[in-house]
Amino acid sequence: MAELNTDHESHKLGMHTEQLSGRTQQVFFSPSADENFTYPYAIDVDFAKEAEFDAAAMEISDINLKIRELMKEGHGTITIKNPSAKHSLGVGILNRLNLKFEGSLGYFGCGLVDGPNIHITGRVGWSCAENMMSGTIVIEKNAGSTFGAAMRGGDLVCKGDVGSRTGIDQKGGTIIVGGRAGAFSGFMMQRGRMIILGDAGKNLGDSMYDGTIYVGGKIEDLGVDAVEGEINDVEAQWLETKLALYGMKAPNGVKNLTKIVAGKQLWNYDNLEPSEKKLVL
Amino acid sequence: MAENDIDHFINTDGLDSEREKTIGQHIGYRYDVNLVPDYSRITPFLSKYMETMGWKDLNWLEDVHMGYEDSRAAVFDRNINGWVTVPEEMALPDNQQDRDMIARELLIKFQMSPNHPMVELNKAYSKF
Repeated sequence: MAELNTDHESHKLGMHTEQLSGRTQQVFFSPSADENFTYPYAIDVDFAKEAEFDAAAMEISDINLKIRELMKEGHGTITIKNPSAKHSLGVGILNRLNLKFEGSLGYFGCGLVDGPNIHITGRVGWSCAENMMSGTIVIEKNAGSTFGAAMRGGDLVCKGDVGSRTGIDQKGGTIIVGGRAGAFSGFMMQRGRMIILGDAGKNLGDSMYDGTIYVGGKIEDLGVDAVEGEINDVEAQWLETKLALYGMKAPNGVKNLTKIVAGKQLWNYDNLEPSEKKLVL
Repeated sequence: MAENDIDHFINTDGLDSEREKTIGQHIGYRYDVNLVPDYSRITPFLSKYMETMGWKDLNWLEDVHMGYEDSRAAVFDRNINGWVTVPEEMALPDNQQDRDMIARELLIKFQMSPNHPMVELNKAYSKF
């Protein structure tokens, strides 16, 4: 490593020698805490109490407000007819809820959700389920690009094909694609799992830091630092069960899926000298 | 890291490589983020949680593992962006799968508690 100039004022202040490890917050669990299964600020809904409305003539914000209104009335199962591919529908729901869209959604559908089970009978546009925290989202047809971008948790399922950059910056959760996935899927993936039952496009898993991608079809090519791994028994069992939940199957059995993981050559990339970076890439 | 020592990050500072020793910071996660749950070890509390939410599996909790912070067992709470420490008196099982199930239970109890920091934030910033 090159000789460092330590004359700078910041070195005298100890800013380059402090220990960077340590707790981020001093918080402790209380194992005797009450058994609550929903957030304290969540709306109390009953799955058996159903409601439906037609969104054809409604504005986007009115549709989202109507969903909240129905939840406040205790409806735990809501069906929305004719969403007409409007953008940003079903976003920011931090509650348990069964939500069904009879039709297609536009861009940024169902983003930032934390808890609901959502079923979409049609297609979805770009960035569906962006930043999804938990719950399940099932799309019966195809999805656009950046499907599940920055997703953190839950199950996101598209039974058809998905566009490019699927799961870009994925930080958790499971993305399942019944058909093909576009180029750069799993780009900068940090953790979580992606199961692509069809073919995967160019640069799969490019610059992935961690996480796992399983592919049932052909892989056009792998991105930087994406390498093949081996499926163990616990994983195989998990894959079988997860796919069965959504009525899906690996084309040649889960053991024959191709597993892609991070080669971890890019870890601490910033600590490398330029000549070392060239060697890694 | 000693692969087979489940208490590696409790009994040592966990700084194994030369680089980690130099910077005084652990590199990477202190657990296997890619470890999927073994459902044969699920607890009744977690089954009840899944039922309440209408899920057939652990859903987002599949990404929750028991990790280690400052030589103490801890769980990362994404809602506060920080580690929550497991009480010292709590006996830890001898395998990661069972530890992960405990971590999931504790995290649910913490996140759903009226004392969670998110409750105050929600009061202050909630729009709806």
